[in-house]
Order: sequence, then C-alpha cells, then structure tokens
Amino acid sequence: MLWVTCPNCGSRPFEEFRYGSVFPVTPDSITDADARNVDYAWMQDNIDGPTAERCFHEAGCRRWFTAYRDTRTDAWLGDPD
Amino acid sequence: MNEFVETLLDLPWQVGDPKPAYDVIIIGGGGHGLATAYYLATRHGITNVCVLDSKYIGSGNSGRNTTIIRANYGIPESVAFYQRSLQMYEDFEDETGCWIMHQTKGQVWMAHSTGTARTEQTRALMNTACGAPSDYIEPDEIKRLVPQVDLTGGGRYPVVGASYHHGGATARHDRVVWAYAQGALRAGVHIFQNTPVTGLLRDGDRVTGVQTANGTISAGVVMSAVGGNVSTVSGWADVRLPIRTHTLQAFVTNAYAHEFPAIVSSNDLVFYVSQTARGQMLIGAEYDRQASYQQGTSFAYLQACSAKSVIMFPFLSKLRILRSWAGICDISTDFSPIMGHTTAPGFLISTGWGTWGFKGIPAGGSSMAELIATGETPDLIKPFAHDRFAREVAMADPSSAGTR
Repeated sequence: MLWVTCPNCGSRPFEEFRYGSVFPVTPDSITDADARNVDYAWMQDNIDGPTAERCFHEAGCRRWFTAYRDTRTDAWLGDPD
Repeated sequence: MNEFVETLLDLPWQVGDPKPAYDVIIIGGGGHGLATAYYLATRHGITNVCVLDSKYIGSGNSGRNTTIIRANYGIPESVAFYQRSLQMYEDFEDETGCWIMHQTKGQVWMAHSTGTARTEQTRALMNTACGAPSDYIEPDEIKRLVPQVDLTGGGRYPVVGASYHHGGATARHDRVVWAYAQGALRAGVHIFQNTPVTGLLRDGDRVTGVQTANGTISAGVVMSAVGGNVSTVSGWADVRLPIRTHTLQAFVTNAYAHEFPAIVSSNDLVFYVSQTARGQMLIGAEYDRQASYQQGTSFAYLQACSAKSVIMFPFLSKLRILRSWAGICDISTDFSPIMGHTTAPGFLISTGWGTWGFKGIPAGGSSMAELIATGETPDLIKPFAHDRFAREVAMADPSSAGTR
C-alpha cells in the first residue's frame, strides 16, 4: 500500500488522494503549432523512472501539492512540496 | 500425468543466433507479437520473420490477464473488431490443432442503479445491432444464469438488470501464446527469448532494424508488440504515444467445489468474476490510479476488491486468496487500441491494449499480418490508426473496458 506524505497532514493512505498526473511537456522537436496542440492534448511522456506529479488531498486538507516518485518502484523520492 | 500435462505443446525452438537481417522483426513475444508472426507465416507465406522477447514468451500481460473474451463494446468499430476476434477464438482449436481450453460461458454485466441499467440496455441493443448478440435481462433471469448472486446486493447494491452477452468466453492464456509460437516456429519463424531490444536502428526518420545486447539486426519492417514499456520503444523512433502505463492487479481463490457458470461483471461496483478450469474463482477490478511500472500487488487492492465481490457473491467470503499478481498495462487516452503505421516509416505498432488485449489477439495479429504482407491497412483496424489523434477522431470507449 502506498502512503503519501502530505505537506499539511503528514503520512496518509493513498486512497485519500486524487492522482493528478505529471506536468504535460511537449518536446521542443515538435515545432508545428497544430502538432504541438495535438501533443499537448493527447500524448503522454509516460515516464519510466523518477517523476514529479501533482497530487490532491481529497479526503484531507484538500490542497494540491507536488510529490516525487520513481514509477519503476513506487518509492517516494524526498518530501513533497 | 493428467490431461493438462499430456496436451502441453512441443515448441520446436531453432538453434543458433539471430540472422543479420530479416524481412520483419517483431519486438515482444506476447500474444499480439506471436499471432502476427503466426499469420504472416501461415496466411501470407512470409517466414523470414524474427520475434524478440526480453524475457520468456508470454511473460508480460499475455500471461497475466484474466482470460476473458467478449465483444460487447460501446462503439460500432470496436464491436466489429472484437466480434471478429471472438469468432476467431471459437475457430482457434480447429485452425491451430492446439487445445486452448476455450469455453463459451456468456457474460452477465449487472447494473445496480437506473442510470447504469440504461447503459446496459443501450449496450445490449447496440451490440446486437452491430453483430454481437446480447440481451437485456431481468433479475430472475440473472438468478437462473448465476444462482450464487445475491440479488439484494447486501441491501445496498440491488441488481436492477443486466446485459447478457451470449458469446462471452474464456480460454487458457498461455496456451494461446504457445499455440501461436508453435505454429510460427513450425513455419520457420525465429523466436528468441531473453533477448531484450535496447534501441532501434535509424536512417533519418526510417526505422531499419533493432539493437540488442548481442549486436544489431536489420529489418524491412520493425513492429512493436510491446506491453507496458511501449513508450520507451516508440521513443527510440521519436514516435509520441497517447499511452500511460498503469499497474493492474488480479487474484484467484482456492478451488470452489461447485460450478460458477458465467462471467459476471458489475457496472457500478467495477469488478468481474469467473471460474478457472481448476475451479478457482478469478477476480479483477480497476487498474491502479497512479501511473506505474511496478508489477507488485497491494493489500489495499486485494481488500477493496474482495469486499466488492463478497457483496454480490456472499459464498466468496468462505474462500481464501491463493495467488495475486499484476501486469503493467499500456492504457491509451481514449481506451481503444492503436494499430498500424506510425509517424516513423518502417515502424509499425500494436499498442494501447490496456486491460483489454487478450480478447483482441487473433484479430489484432491477423490484421497486423495483413497490413505488413499487403501494405494495405485492413478496414477492420483503420479506425484504430495512430494518426486518429492528429485527426481529432478519438475512439473513446471507457465504459466498455470493465475498468476505469
């Protein structure tokens, strides 16, 4: 079971949180404006390793914060901010 | 010895190393990759084909799914595709000569509220109209089909009705993988296990082969049939994918002594139950919410999923969880697969199989083989092209995945 350290509430079970996904990043190699829109709307980096992702403490303080996790192991990397 | 052991397949593995070049290289020796190789060899006479797997064949999602075959999807293009696949599974044992323990059981998709009952009514009508026979059935008929169900849903989830998909079936998943591997190997296809692909050979945008730890292999066409790690592979070709990888867990209980005749799903509660050939109850539910590449199961999931299934089937509370496992699923943004050409010439893809890949193996493999052999995309998979996102034509079908 994943436990999340909320900056306000401390360590809480993952079920209290809403997963907010990573920040979408469109690669610089895509230069056409339409293609950039398509990439922003649909495509995913799907990072295999350390990620920074948004998290919402839905059943707690109801604040958004950024958490750091390795998607290979689900291990948390440092404290959220 | 018993009938399961006596009918194990004999795989005539080739000896030696990969050749320096092949007409077709398929990355990923799961169901979709091996089915493509099988149909290339048996239907199109293309046998200069190499399948590479990083571990052993069927070690990914082909060996981790819940073996359900059904075609009751929510958009006409999907119903047509999965119905073709369902019919190919029905003919599978005759075509390949391999016993895959295929069994048509029917699938009951229960609704516990007026809103979801409407969804199931729509599903039944729409599926029937598109060629996948289904009926909307009332609670007394559900009880007749599945005597174990508690129609009151513990008082909280009363069964209002269900769609009944007559063609719903199960088959032994790793036998499907082995059957395709056997047929492909006998036809002369090369399959190499424990051979991870570490990169793609490029000539400008064009993909011309693969890199492995033991050297490079060039190819006329490279196809990715990779599961959860597909974004890494397509990234080597600078192909962007609308895929996020999530863990999906499932478990089986110890054997239940009585027959559990159908595949049963719940629309509101989101879980599904069927019985394996060994009598074990096989239960699955949603994929984990966070994107992840780890293949472990969690107590929280097993607890939540058990709680839901016991509400509808009280007899399950007397059973125990025997095994649990997880796979990493390539969940596409619109919950439909992605098959065909990509933005990189020479690089084809079959991905976005999320939690619904097993049922699509025969139709997906035969369609990809036809595309590679003829150069023409079959009508069956045209709607699932990678460029549909650039054309803003999403094949959105989240309510049919049986997960969310």
